[in-house]
Amino acid sequence: MAKKPIEPFLWGLFSAGGVVAALLIPVHLFLFGLAFPLGWLTPPGYESLRALASHPLARIYLFVLCSFSLFHWAHRFRYTLYDGLQIKHLNEVITVFCYGGALAGTAAAGYLLWGLR
Amino acid sequence: MKPGGLSGTPSHTAYHPRWYRERVSTYWWLWKWRYLKFVLRELSSVPVAYFVTLTLVQVHALSDGPQAYADFQRWMTHPVFLTLNAISFLFVLFHTVTWFNLAPRAIVVRLRGKRVPEFLIAGSNYAAWLVISAAVAWLILRS
Amino acid sequence: MAETIKLEVTRYAPERHQAPTSQSFEVPYRKDWVVLDALNYIKDNLDGSLSYRWSCRMGICGSCGMMVNGEPKLTCATFLSKYAPGPVRVEPLRYFPVVRDLIIEMTDFMAKLRSVKPWIIREEEKPLSEGEYLQTPEQLDTYKQFSMCINCMLCYAACPVYGLDPLFSGPAAIALAQRYNLDSRDQGAEERMGILSQHAGIWGCTFVGECTRVCPKHVDPAGAIQQYKLTAAKEWFKSLLMPWGAK
Repeated sequence: MAKKPIEPFLWGLFSAGGVVAALLIPVHLFLFGLAFPLGWLTPPGYESLRALASHPLARIYLFVLCSFSLFHWAHRFRYTLYDGLQIKHLNEVITVFCYGGALAGTAAAGYLLWGLR
Repeated sequence: MKPGGLSGTPSHTAYHPRWYRERVSTYWWLWKWRYLKFVLRELSSVPVAYFVTLTLVQVHALSDGPQAYADFQRWMTHPVFLTLNAISFLFVLFHTVTWFNLAPRAIVVRLRGKRVPEFLIAGSNYAAWLVISAAVAWLILRS
Repeated sequence: MAETIKLEVTRYAPERHQAPTSQSFEVPYRKDWVVLDALNYIKDNLDGSLSYRWSCRMGICGSCGMMVNGEPKLTCATFLSKYAPGPVRVEPLRYFPVVRDLIIEMTDFMAKLRSVKPWIIREEEKPLSEGEYLQTPEQLDTYKQFSMCINCMLCYAACPVYGLDPLFSGPAAIALAQRYNLDSRDQGAEERMGILSQHAGIWGCTFVGECTRVCPKHVDPAGAIQQYKLTAAKEWFKSLLMPWGAK
């Protein structure tokens, strides 16, 4: 019985993350990273933003956005380093750093979003 | 005189020429513009991770109260962050465009035996992007 | 006024040289000449020791692949006029060991083609009495594009992953596997998935896309590989959620 390869799953996760990142990050980064700080648009007030973000659906949305995007980064960055550094013995280090980082980020996201009530 | 370690060793070795193998440079991606564009596309994942970090910091600030959030907003006006955000935004846009343009190559949809043209698949992704972005923006701005 | 164009051709004679060098030749510049014509002129008139592969001179045999000004090209399909006034740099196909001058060692490529089992695999062979396999034009259409490969190896010369990792199966081999996977007569998809669903197979590919760009037959090997990845991912989730459904 051949060991089931994990790569298809990791690639699937990378793809899902890629879709999520492509669809959602531009508008978020544009609003909170550029438009609001530069005064192009009026940002929502603290109370209303908090109310919006603490809605259960919003928290699930943010969790998916953060987690999937992180796994997208992990997979892509791992291959970039692998092709870029071309060093076999660093392969395990790279893998642990990337997916471990994504897992840690996912855990952090879960913790922070749970605490947002 | 031994063959270069590849499969399919020639059966006769009375005279075997010395093959020349060129080492691929670590900077192979700098030698062609197309390779560089590819590496930049792959590196767009770093601004993606940066955005997630920023968002989690923002969520944390939101949890901590109005003063913490006001501090966060002030940080965002700092030139260093504005620059980082602008560069990241460009990279994220690059990711979005390359992703939607390449998606049809992986997704083959056949209707009545014929393949749906690639621009329709890419187009529907762009359309979804516009609709979803507008919805998210509306939700945030109206609050 | 006879016009000429300069060709800078890689020379490598292992019995005399440690590494390849470049030699310049002035060849006549004719509007309808291709690089192969120039090479043949050199061999016929200037230096008979120049060694290179060619055959059909019409873009179907896949023998004459070389690097022209750093791009993988079929020299029989690359016009000198595109590079006028020159010089035109002709080098052996990249990422392959060089045997002599413009000739590369392709045993690795042949082994990789063979490794994906590029033939119709049946669980049970149909007896002759049952007649031929029938296939509709729509069924043919699903794999036809991937069957157009002429094994010219330009895609391997374009693929940085192959250059960095010689174990990588490569674009043509994986596209060939897909050609059989998608063939309605074939039942070997699971077997090939076992062979190719690893780092040296489809997962080594990072969708650079150069292979498709240089393919003279528009096979789109990059597309084949991404479709293969999607299939593998779908299979993985299916076997996770519905293990009883596995064949």
